[in-house]
Amino acid sequence: MRNKERIPLELYVHIPFCVKKCEYCDFLSGPAGKEIQKAYVQALLKEIQGSVDDSDREIVSVFIGGGTPSLLDASDISEIMKMLKKKFVFSDQAEVTIEANPGTLTLQKLRIYRESGINRLSLGLQSVNNDELRMLGRIHDFQGFLESYELARKAGFDNINVDLIFAVPGQTRKGWEYNLRTVAELQPEHVSAYSLIIEEGTPFAEKELDLPDEDTEYEMYEDTSRILQEYGYAQYEISNYARDGYICRHNSGYWKRTEYLGLGLGAASLMPWKGSRAVLRFHNTENMQEYLQWSGCPKKIRKNETLLSVKEQEEEFMFLGLRMTEGVSETGFYKRFDVPMEEVYGEVLEKYRSMGFMEKNKDLWRFTRQGIHVSNQILSDFLQD
Amino acid sequence: MTDQSKIRNFCIIAHIDHGKSTLADRIIEKTGLLTQREMQSQILDNMDLERERGITIKSQAVRIVYRAKDGEEYIFNLIDTPGHVDFNYEVSRSLAACDGAILVVDAAQGIEAQTLANVYLALEHNLDVLPVINKIDLPSAEPDRVINEIEDVIGLEAQDAPRISAKTGLNIEDVLEQIVEKIPAPNGDVDAPLKALIFDSIYDSYKGVIVFCRLMDGRIKKGTTVKMMATGFTAEVVEVGYFGAGRFIPCDELSAGMVGYFTASIKNVSDTRVGDTVTDVANPCAEALPGYKKVQPMVYCGLYPADGAKYGDLRDALEKLQLNDASLFYEPETSVALGFGFRCGFLGLLHLEIIQERLEREYNLDLVTTAPGVIYKVYKTNGDMIELTNPSNLPDPSEIEYMEEPMVNAEIMVTTEFIGAIMDLCQERRGQYIGMDYMEETRALLKYKLPLNEIIYDFFDALKSRSRGYASLDYDLCGYERSELVKLDILVNKEEVDALSFIVHAETAYERGRKMCEKLKEEIPRQLFEIPIQAAVGSKIIARETVRAMRKDVLAKCYGGDISRKKKLLEKQKEGKKRMRQVGNVEIPQKAFMSVLKLDEK
Repeated sequence: MRNKERIPLELYVHIPFCVKKCEYCDFLSGPAGKEIQKAYVQALLKEIQGSVDDSDREIVSVFIGGGTPSLLDASDISEIMKMLKKKFVFSDQAEVTIEANPGTLTLQKLRIYRESGINRLSLGLQSVNNDELRMLGRIHDFQGFLESYELARKAGFDNINVDLIFAVPGQTRKGWEYNLRTVAELQPEHVSAYSLIIEEGTPFAEKELDLPDEDTEYEMYEDTSRILQEYGYAQYEISNYARDGYICRHNSGYWKRTEYLGLGLGAASLMPWKGSRAVLRFHNTENMQEYLQWSGCPKKIRKNETLLSVKEQEEEFMFLGLRMTEGVSETGFYKRFDVPMEEVYGEVLEKYRSMGFMEKNKDLWRFTRQGIHVSNQILSDFLQD
Repeated sequence: MTDQSKIRNFCIIAHIDHGKSTLADRIIEKTGLLTQREMQSQILDNMDLERERGITIKSQAVRIVYRAKDGEEYIFNLIDTPGHVDFNYEVSRSLAACDGAILVVDAAQGIEAQTLANVYLALEHNLDVLPVINKIDLPSAEPDRVINEIEDVIGLEAQDAPRISAKTGLNIEDVLEQIVEKIPAPNGDVDAPLKALIFDSIYDSYKGVIVFCRLMDGRIKKGTTVKMMATGFTAEVVEVGYFGAGRFIPCDELSAGMVGYFTASIKNVSDTRVGDTVTDVANPCAEALPGYKKVQPMVYCGLYPADGAKYGDLRDALEKLQLNDASLFYEPETSVALGFGFRCGFLGLLHLEIIQERLEREYNLDLVTTAPGVIYKVYKTNGDMIELTNPSNLPDPSEIEYMEEPMVNAEIMVTTEFIGAIMDLCQERRGQYIGMDYMEETRALLKYKLPLNEIIYDFFDALKSRSRGYASLDYDLCGYERSELVKLDILVNKEEVDALSFIVHAETAYERGRKMCEKLKEEIPRQLFEIPIQAAVGSKIIARETVRAMRKDVLAKCYGGDISRKKKLLEKQKEGKKRMRQVGNVEIPQKAFMSVLKLDEK
């Protein structure tokens, strides 16, 4: 029985290893030998152990991401989970996700995940088309995905996400529609569909790519929402779709600015600052040697600690919150900042409402369908002077 | 007191790039700064003092000492002349301060448009012109041909003109000797009332205005109360002196025939206008020297700070520049698109560019410039006439009886193979053919009457590109002519952008409107809605382009680790938007306002 409301906290655990780097990937990850992987897991355990004990906190979600966390031995994941549970107080309802790539999963591995308390699986499919998979630099084919998917169901995973990428080089609207329908037929609980972003420093940024034009990309995005809806998926964020009750709570926390602690190499955190209303953003070192050496003293490996002013928190509230189709709540804003949203953002909200890019439904401001398509242009107007 | 017979006051005239500055440098190198007598006096100490106070002069004039082959020491006053047609009036004043001129002609290129213009100007001032053939070290040099050209075209005796290379220093002594021999000594009356010509002035923060002058008659020294005859301004002289290389050297007195400076705690350059006559209040001369006129700006444009908050800085910078440049005009104006700025008047496009560059470099200002225009005379139906410098102020067409625009007589020197191309150009620019003189078999001087408006756009560039750099131009304002002029407006998303309006001839309005729209389409980034760009004359749309709406700009992923980085991207985007100008709902980059200044064919 709780006599007081515990403050929710999310945990992110980063596993920076993968079999091979994909052509479009700009995450902190890469191939590494078994020894480094083992050393890393030990360091990670030390970091968890050394973390400040927030006993008044309740862990509402965990996300083990990467990289390809499923590349590690299942026993490593199990150890990590054990340590987390030992160190933190978990909510009964906690959503615990692990990212996995087809080709790295076995039934036994999946069963161990389940036993360790992981209840959600995020599978990086990206495409059902083997030519597209090769072009993206993925190590698996569609058949391999199907096998992993079946195994996951067999192991008892009843909350599975499938990641897809669209507007990849050479893709047509028809090709994308085929991707969507093939995946939807499998009935995963959740689908993430990202339009390909060409990030600086990736091999894709160096190449001449035959990318779909803007109009095609626009239509593909419309197709995604429409087709997935046919299969019972509702869009709830710019790139995320879920069947009823399966919205990813962990990711929603990022957009609603729930506090989170990042564990592992380069992992980012949003944490309270000395019990004040101020919050701190920081991330762990991205240097593996430094991490291995000092992970036992988490404060030592923190980089770019940035204290967010109220103004910055308001800005984040808006540009993160507006990513969600439900929008941002005026009441929520007032509760957090003691100032009406109207006072800070009335002008810009009205401007975009009059242009047809935003709308207000009772307490909630959100993008219209037209607005979502160009949301990146609009969001910068929510930064204050 | 210096014996006038030992003074030579002269300038160097040349077409641009024929070697005027290099020759001046050589002459200064081969001579000395001080006479024997002066070297033994206290002057060096004074010079050190000057140096400590950090006062330098722009090299408009320099006094040098030449020991000639006859064993005598001569004082040369070399007075610089601005090399550009924009500054013709200043050239003319500089010439008036001299007794002779060295004409530098490039041994390869021969006579050019500005060579002629400058020679005529020198002859008008009764100067003896001493031709010098420069660049004889060039493989393409043809000194004999050029000498014949000078004799045939200008009618100047040139057989014994020094053949030099200012670059290598070859035969510079010949030039020095000929200065002594051929340029007349001044012959003013030292005992007559003071009469001195102002040929330049600069502002110094310690001494106030430093007036550069040539004494025709009389003398001037510390304590003399002088009067500027045109402006009526009087002041007591604090210091007189002459020009060392790069510094002022004070002396006791300047007398007839000498070139030097005086200071009198004058606060404003405009009190000492170039061309005015200085006399002694106690003993004034009977009449002023001829030729003082107030210089009128010919080209106007709007200057706006890119960052609206820098308006005050721009005002201060213009104020400071005007201290040294009385021909710069400015007054505040407001634009809907660009905010607060100034309407500025310049002698010409080069003058405009110089001022713009100085504002940007010396005062660190980021500027937005509107299209330069000339002064139009608008005759209204009610009988009034207004001089229009800002297109936005054009009265309603129903109130306009007719309009006039300034014209120039242009002389274009061109090799015969390009005559056709240049005549086409002049035709396109509404030129009226006046005549053509063949200088020799291969070269001709084309004469056209052209609207000034057509010259200030991109005429120089077009001239150069169509003649592969061989054509040269000189022009003179020759009054106003009635013309079918219209105001061309640019509408962005149906809103008129006042800073883009300009006056144009009715026949070229369509063409220019079309080009403007095309150019703006390139410059205005796509936004959240479709943006029509239209050119209009009155209520009639004559051209249209459309900037398509942006359809897709989505940040696909934004999770816990992405937030800081994505926020930086948004901040960058916001900074970009800030640098744009808001017209209605449309953001227009600063660059777009400038891009329409040059619409010439690629």
